[in-house]
Amino acid sequence: MENFTPISALIGGSLIGFGALLMMTMLGRIAGISGIASQLIFERDGRGWRFAFVAGLLVAPLLVSFFMQDLTFTTPDLNTKTLIAGLLVGLGTGWGSGCTSGHGVCGIGRLSPRSISATLVFMAAGVLVASLF
Amino acid sequence: MKALVAFLSGLLLSAGITISMMIDPAKVLGFLNVLDNWDPSLALVMGAALVVYSTGFYFSQKRAAPFLEKAFYLPKSTKVDRQLLLGALIFGVGWGLLGYCPGPAIAALTSGSTGTIGFVLSMVFGWWLTRKIKFN
Repeated sequence: MENFTPISALIGGSLIGFGALLMMTMLGRIAGISGIASQLIFERDGRGWRFAFVAGLLVAPLLVSFFMQDLTFTTPDLNTKTLIAGLLVGLGTGWGSGCTSGHGVCGIGRLSPRSISATLVFMAAGVLVASLF
Repeated sequence: MKALVAFLSGLLLSAGITISMMIDPAKVLGFLNVLDNWDPSLALVMGAALVVYSTGFYFSQKRAAPFLEKAFYLPKSTKVDRQLLLGALIFGVGWGLLGYCPGPAIAALTSGSTGTIGFVLSMVFGWWLTRKIKFN
């Protein structure tokens, strides 16, 4: 477990919780990233706040890297596996009505039976695939 | 004002994803791959987010409405159906294959990585397909 980073995990996780909470207390909405991003692209209503939310997602890493000069992270190569994974994540979060933020944080946080079920299923599938392949 | 709040919400979420290093798919795979040098960080990220969110959510519902809108927009459906479970299964397979879920992939777009851009375009195509094809 030498890769375990508990401090940054706790700080980062708390920020995620506060970000999602801001959306709920101010705008009364679930901060689900797959839902907001896909509705921004495919629906006409509510484009303003959805665009602002996605802009925040895009800007934050640049802001963090300004304060954490040693910030580096890997990114995938552009190949068939990457494109298939993207397609599966799109199909799955579209049909499943949410991803790690909407189901895993917001949904479980309000004890939604749908979100608890979805999170158990995608966690189990993710662990199985990542461990065996 | 609503746009500013939404921007700050996205900013906080993405800053959390970046600081916890969940923006790095290798870090996420370190959690999902339980057989090889397991890294429990992701569980702690979700745990911390859940403690903050569930506590705040409980108190937010003591009000009749959120501060900037007339009502809460909470999903009405409570039925665990085939489309939800099959969708979650497909998402999990894609997540375990590469280590990217939608948030970290979108956050990493500004790195300019062609792999990340390809992943996101492919994901958007998947979202489009699910608007055309439903199975419930």
